[in-house]
Amino acid sequence: MKTPIVVQDVHKSFGKVKALHDISFTVNEGELFGLIGPDGAGKSTLFRILTTLLLADKGQATVNGLDVVKDYKAIRKIVGYMPGRFSLYQDLTVQENLDFFATIFNTTVAANYELIEEIYVQIAPFKDRPAGKLSGGMKQKLALCCALVHKPVVLFLDEPTTGVDPVSRKEFWEMLQRLRKKGIAILVSTPYMDEAMLCDRVALIQNGSLLEIDTPQHIIAQNNKPMWAVRAKRMYPLIQDLRSFPETESCYAFGEYLHLTLKHGEADLDKLHAYLQPKGHEEFSMHPIQAGIEDCFMELMKSEKV
Amino acid sequence: MRQFFVFARKEFYHIFRDKRTLLILFGMPIVQIVLFGFAITNEIKNAEIAVLDQSRDYYSNRLVQQLQAGSYFKIDQELQSHQAIEAAFKEGRIKMVVVIPPKFGESFFHLHKAQVQLLADAGDPNTATTLINYARAIIGNYQQELNGPQSMPLTINTTVRMQYNPALKSVFLFVPGVMTLILLLVSAMMTSITIAREKELGTMEILLVSPLPPAMIVTGKVVPYIVLSFINALVILGMGIWLFGMPIKGSIVLLLLECALFVLTSLGLGILISTVTDKQQTAMMASMMGLLMPTVLLSGFIFPVESMPLPLRLLSNIMPAKWFIIILKDIMLKGSGLREVWPQSLVLCGMTLLFVTISIRKFKIRLS
Repeated sequence: MKTPIVVQDVHKSFGKVKALHDISFTVNEGELFGLIGPDGAGKSTLFRILTTLLLADKGQATVNGLDVVKDYKAIRKIVGYMPGRFSLYQDLTVQENLDFFATIFNTTVAANYELIEEIYVQIAPFKDRPAGKLSGGMKQKLALCCALVHKPVVLFLDEPTTGVDPVSRKEFWEMLQRLRKKGIAILVSTPYMDEAMLCDRVALIQNGSLLEIDTPQHIIAQNNKPMWAVRAKRMYPLIQDLRSFPETESCYAFGEYLHLTLKHGEADLDKLHAYLQPKGHEEFSMHPIQAGIEDCFMELMKSEKV
Repeated sequence: MRQFFVFARKEFYHIFRDKRTLLILFGMPIVQIVLFGFAITNEIKNAEIAVLDQSRDYYSNRLVQQLQAGSYFKIDQELQSHQAIEAAFKEGRIKMVVVIPPKFGESFFHLHKAQVQLLADAGDPNTATTLINYARAIIGNYQQELNGPQSMPLTINTTVRMQYNPALKSVFLFVPGVMTLILLLVSAMMTSITIAREKELGTMEILLVSPLPPAMIVTGKVVPYIVLSFINALVILGMGIWLFGMPIKGSIVLLLLECALFVLTSLGLGILISTVTDKQQTAMMASMMGLLMPTVLLSGFIFPVESMPLPLRLLSNIMPAKWFIIILKDIMLKGSGLREVWPQSLVLCGMTLLFVTISIRKFKIRLS
């Protein structure tokens, strides 16, 4: 078995804009590899290079041992690709879309039914509905079915969960986990950092450069600064105050809490309490928490910018 | 092969599920041909005229009756004085005034010379000229009738026969023109739009990342339009024959083959347009501006190519429509066979080949 994806020193510019800069990574067999980064980081460009739709300016890439430039025809037979934008025929029904994509890949829905069965049963009740009239989550499930119907060796999913409700997102990721167990290597991109935990390994991409490639657990373990969750009745003055506190290293809003790290960790706690006391925040609460993957990314992205 | 069949079937789904496409495909041809056939015509029928008969004798009365006899003129009012002429024209309804001076019959027989004045509204010069010509012919006939069998000593008799279209029906000009226009529009515009649509909606991205060869993508998209365009050609031909009395003097098989050839030329053009456009809007504008306008203006459909300045005449040679209109007229009206129309057919073949070759070279196997 060849390595599903190898990327070496890939560069790509559009005019003066550097879309990708010196990208290198590998995705191993049966691995679910996440590409995490904000919009415009270069994720889709990388996907298009790997799916042979764009040519890199510099560097090599192989998919299942095949060169993305020379062997593009062979690659197009073995990969499943789900573009970032919903790209099925909106005026064709679910069933027609699926049959169509099965046929153009020289197969039938029945031949690889066991692979898509789990996903397909969820959209089967709507099989006569035009794809354009499905909900966001259903659309993505259908698109995944269409990308899987020919039993690809490598699966490229570009932001499959963008615009999908939280429940469907969770279901979608569970499906990816199961597909991975069937030995399909998956490269998936997402702007949602919380989804990083569900990948075997993740690469953080920003402004066209990779910041870090590791397992999510490692990334968290490396970033072991003490962190506190802080809240008060009125959050806005609190975040202002915390950010102007000289010993604050970072302070972000995360849901209903602020995540706070201090320059000297616990040593600064007393100073902070003394600083906040006269400000008189009502219902003030503060407790130590374990930094999550999102905190680590915020940290990494911040350090990269500086 | 199965891939191709499924692809073409998908294309039919797109066409039949989109009411707008259907309307353009089948509604437009019918509306256009009816419009051109009935409404837009340069024939004169029941033109309203006024008569100022100052002599009011037997002969002038008969002249007026003769004018009315055909279906060309309808006498709307009888004027009483010269002053009324201006007013009658200003009303706008009247296109021509016939003024018969006093003592018409008398001067004709005694002075051997009578005068009739024709005043036409030359605000529309074409109509005015046509009306005057019709009126002259009628008056000329009347003159011969009055002269009787005795003929003048020396005359040149012109006998006119309008070859291939004795009744000078403008439909004979419009049916081939509209047919050309519709086939070109449907084939070229619809194919360029449908391919641009795949690009715009992002489905082209998936199609490219699939084992389908690009040639299959294009043919799969185009074949349904070949079928539909051909059906269109049949509908237009049928309407031309049964509704407007177009003759088909030549071989119908040859005619249909030439139609098929022209459909292919147009499709080639459509594919070519689609290779350089990414948006449906752009494709449509390109087809409209790049095809419709030049075709209408330069193909000889409305304005005769022969009377254009040299640069435009040369330019008209690159219009596929020009050649097809010639072929259509030759086969339908003159009954020409392949022996007569082969040069034009060859030109169309060459153009088709050229368009397809350029398209294949320009077709992108990647996104940029």
